[in-house]
Amino acid sequence: MKEQAPLPERIITRGIQAAGYSSILFVLLILYFLISEGAPAVFEVPLKDLLTVRWYPIEAYFGILPLLLGSLIVTLGAALIAIPAGVGTAVFISEVAPGWMKEILKPLVEVLAGFPSVMLGFLGILIVSPGLRQALRLPTGLTALTGSLLLAGIAIPTIVSIAEDALNNVPRAYREASWAVGATRWQTIWGVTLPAARSGVLMAVILGVGRSIGETMAVMMVTGNAPVMPLKWNALFSPIRTMTATIASEMGEVATGSTHYHVLFLIGIILFLISLAVNITATMIVFRRPKRSERILS
Amino acid sequence: MSSGRTNSETKRITQQVGFGLLGFIATLTVLPIIVVVGYMIQKGAPAISWEFISGFPADGMRAGGILPAILGTLYLTLGTAVFSVPLGIGAAIYLAEYAPENGWTRAIRVAITNLAGIPSVVYGLFGLGIFVLFLKLGTSILAASLTLSIMTLPVIISTSEEALRAVPNSFRVVSTSLGATRWQTVRRIILPQSLPGIITGVILGLERAAGETAPILFTGAAFFLPNLPGSPLDATMALPYHLFVISTQVPGMPVQIQYGTALVLLSFVLVMNIIASVIRSRARARRLW
Repeated sequence: MKEQAPLPERIITRGIQAAGYSSILFVLLILYFLISEGAPAVFEVPLKDLLTVRWYPIEAYFGILPLLLGSLIVTLGAALIAIPAGVGTAVFISEVAPGWMKEILKPLVEVLAGFPSVMLGFLGILIVSPGLRQALRLPTGLTALTGSLLLAGIAIPTIVSIAEDALNNVPRAYREASWAVGATRWQTIWGVTLPAARSGVLMAVILGVGRSIGETMAVMMVTGNAPVMPLKWNALFSPIRTMTATIASEMGEVATGSTHYHVLFLIGIILFLISLAVNITATMIVFRRPKRSERILS
Repeated sequence: MSSGRTNSETKRITQQVGFGLLGFIATLTVLPIIVVVGYMIQKGAPAISWEFISGFPADGMRAGGILPAILGTLYLTLGTAVFSVPLGIGAAIYLAEYAPENGWTRAIRVAITNLAGIPSVVYGLFGLGIFVLFLKLGTSILAASLTLSIMTLPVIISTSEEALRAVPNSFRVVSTSLGATRWQTVRRIILPQSLPGIITGVILGLERAAGETAPILFTGAAFFLPNLPGSPLDATMALPYHLFVISTQVPGMPVQIQYGTALVLLSFVLVMNIIASVIRSRARARRLW
């Protein structure tokens, strides 16, 4: 017969259990409060008005397309910079750099991960933006590209650390087999190690880039706050406005319960759904059933 | 034969060029980090003085010190710790030591990855909705700390769980065989053994909270306050928000004060980062297993 644990222990066990389940509660609470404050927007502003190109809340124009595309273009620019830089750095740290160099590079990437985004925004205003304006002879340095550069700095540490983990997890035997048949280290990296780690590297890219969509402060400070449709060829070099920046800059001034307030929460719901989609995609890549050949080899 | 040699020669050159390119990319990625830190120190250090650290802002923040912002960030960080540390470590203990492998546990893990991915400004919206308006805490240190703690939770849970799981199973088996209950094993054996890892995780989580701006924008941050907050129900100035304010909202701001403020904020997070790495590497050297 099982002896029952003493009362204090049972209370503690309950507490630990509750702490464990609290994360589920928080996700549900976040969802509930976003919906309860954001859903009214759909009734106050017809969907066809939400999906227009004019965001001018003072005169009740709530077209969210320019914000959506603004977020998209900044993130796309960031991906173009952060993916090669992040994956390249991860490969270099994991496969090429000697031990002492790893010990320097890894903490430095961690330092970058610790930079507060408002500090990056501050440097963006003072250094990156004037620099870009001069170098590319733009009318203003507050452009989508400026935001992309800073966002890349935010995405890179995530990409490097997850991708490097994935590369490290490739069994040494894979590399040795490749060297044994005469491949160089360089050929081994491209032909064996990277393909073997591809799901981890892909997850690194998705999480790094996906989460930069939700970045707020740095992007808000340097992209010029112009809610216009970024459709022309030079969109990357023009001021834009992201969804996150719109919430951050306008929420402080709206009346609680107004249409504008509800629409800002609706944009929050969109951001929540995007982060959900990013996470689900990343998890699906990890839990994908391994191919038969992979199972045999590992 | 000769063609074979050229072939291996080409391979060698390709490899060298390739490694060179990778090294170049890595340098290009890492160099700006060193440059930024060096530049911030060089530009910000002249602004830092005792008056700057201990004084109140004057002349519409264009002069004086940043004491209220420094203290505010300390309050928010401590407030975040009060909620997120017990809850985060508790959740980690549950996942590492108690949780059965079933659907509920998987749901908890999905929830944690989800929390980790939610944009910080959405946490701000949530905090506004639940703490400021629904629970009527107003824009206050309490509301902001609660918001930040939920945001910090996933970092603390995942790093702490990893630290707990790193303790070899034999420790648990021996402790249980000596008649210890599960909680006694956790409390006397597992927690002390994994403490350095847990502390590292907590510091990294709080570091993130200390540097965040978006979640406190509508939940507790104040543009300017003539007095220090008197209670957790007061709003507060905070370093990251202050840096945002003086670099975008105040015209004619002296650059030196901006760099000084940015440097203080950077030091805040860097010091936490360094403490975390020191604890981690010392624990690794002293580990029993």
